[in-house]
Amino acid sequence: MKLNLSSLHWHASAFSLKLSIELEGRAIGLFGNSGAGKTTLIELIAGLRRPDAGAISLDQTVLSNTADGRFVPPELREVGYVPQDGALFPHLNVYANLVYGVGRCSRRNGVESTRTGKIPITLESIIERLDIAALLQRQVTHLSGGERQRVSLARALLASPRLLLLDEPLSSLDADHKDAVFPLLQRIRDDFGVPLVYVSHAPEDFFALCDRVAVLSEGRCLAAGAPAEIFAARPSIGYRLAANRFNAPE
Amino acid sequence: MDATIHITLFSLGVAALGTLLILPGGVALGWLLARKCWYGKALVETFVALPLVMPPVATGLILLKLLGRRGPLGPFLEAVGADIVFTWKAVVIAAAVMAIPLLVRNARVAFEEVPERLEQVARTLGAGPWRVFFTITLPLASRGLCAGVVLAFARALGEFGATAMVAGFIPGETVTLSLGIYHKVQLGRDTEAFLLLAISASLAFGAVILSELLLRKRRLAHNG
Repeated sequence: MKLNLSSLHWHASAFSLKLSIELEGRAIGLFGNSGAGKTTLIELIAGLRRPDAGAISLDQTVLSNTADGRFVPPELREVGYVPQDGALFPHLNVYANLVYGVGRCSRRNGVESTRTGKIPITLESIIERLDIAALLQRQVTHLSGGERQRVSLARALLASPRLLLLDEPLSSLDADHKDAVFPLLQRIRDDFGVPLVYVSHAPEDFFALCDRVAVLSEGRCLAAGAPAEIFAARPSIGYRLAANRFNAPE
Repeated sequence: MDATIHITLFSLGVAALGTLLILPGGVALGWLLARKCWYGKALVETFVALPLVMPPVATGLILLKLLGRRGPLGPFLEAVGADIVFTWKAVVIAAAVMAIPLLVRNARVAFEEVPERLEQVARTLGAGPWRVFFTITLPLASRGLCAGVVLAFARALGEFGATAMVAGFIPGETVTLSLGIYHKVQLGRDTEAFLLLAISASLAFGAVILSELLLRKRRLAHNG
């Protein structure tokens, strides 16, 4: 998957995002402290916000380009989105949440999937791999944090996205739940072959999941590269941001 | 007794019809006010709230002038053969206009309470704006909307001032519970007035209880 963000510009009253990045890999990380612009960037890629200027393209598809007024609406982008709280529909049970978007993206555009996963995305395979068979008839308001995230991931996958945006999906989970959910992200990337854009402010997550990481700060991209380049070398910008966050010794 | 039953059924019918008349537009306007920014929004909001704060008789006078034969809509209404003023249709219109603020305001709050994040996620799952509205927004706002409908119905049921002005008092044609109570008291027929009062109070009490129950269930649902 190649994600190209070209001269992208978006601003609200107190915040402006301005960056150009080209990222290629099976899983791309977006790292930065609160207010860096990670969620805004995710929402721009998902089509939930319109950029003021610039272009966003995924592989050969232009999703948005202000130069020629092109803007693919979110329902036609085939870009899945899992926000921090999972955003399950509270009036539907787990099963109804899961099937809400089944096959819609790929059916709508008639586009063949370019995924390279070993396992096809079907209701059965997702339910089995994400271990949610026992939850199907439950009301979503009765799920634990980890269960909610598993259902949210499954629901997003079942819409057969070409790319899955994960906005800090583990940040609200305790350590045990996080340990249970994190391997599922690797499974989504490898077994189902769905490319990921993973947002986090925990550097250790990127080593286990991402090929490339972009470091954001105050709406700007400070650096991009392999996690080892970004976080391992002491003078690196990623290390400095992480050190600042966790008060680690310089 | 027959007259009392007739007045009660007429009032219920008029209030129901008036509420139905404003339901699609009121819900759509509530959604527009809750979800969109547009030019003139503050003006429309103020305009919609007017029947709530203006004396009902004044609203009735506006309707009378608007719908009367010599009013701005008069020639059009005459052309289509619609005689409105001092008929049951005027009672419906007066009830509808007086109920608009309660419906729109409740609809607006109900839509504002639906997290936009859920609608956004539904869009990324392949649902277009209409599907999102009917499968996510509307069901999640439904309790608040129902409470708004019940309150609007109760307001329409209790309407007096505007109705008296635009529909007058024509027995068997335009007399509602409110007009009936006033008329019976004027004639000194207190027993009949008290009977209509009891019916009015019971219907209003039931409507408010129902709307409170709906709103309470909504609060519980939102609090998980």
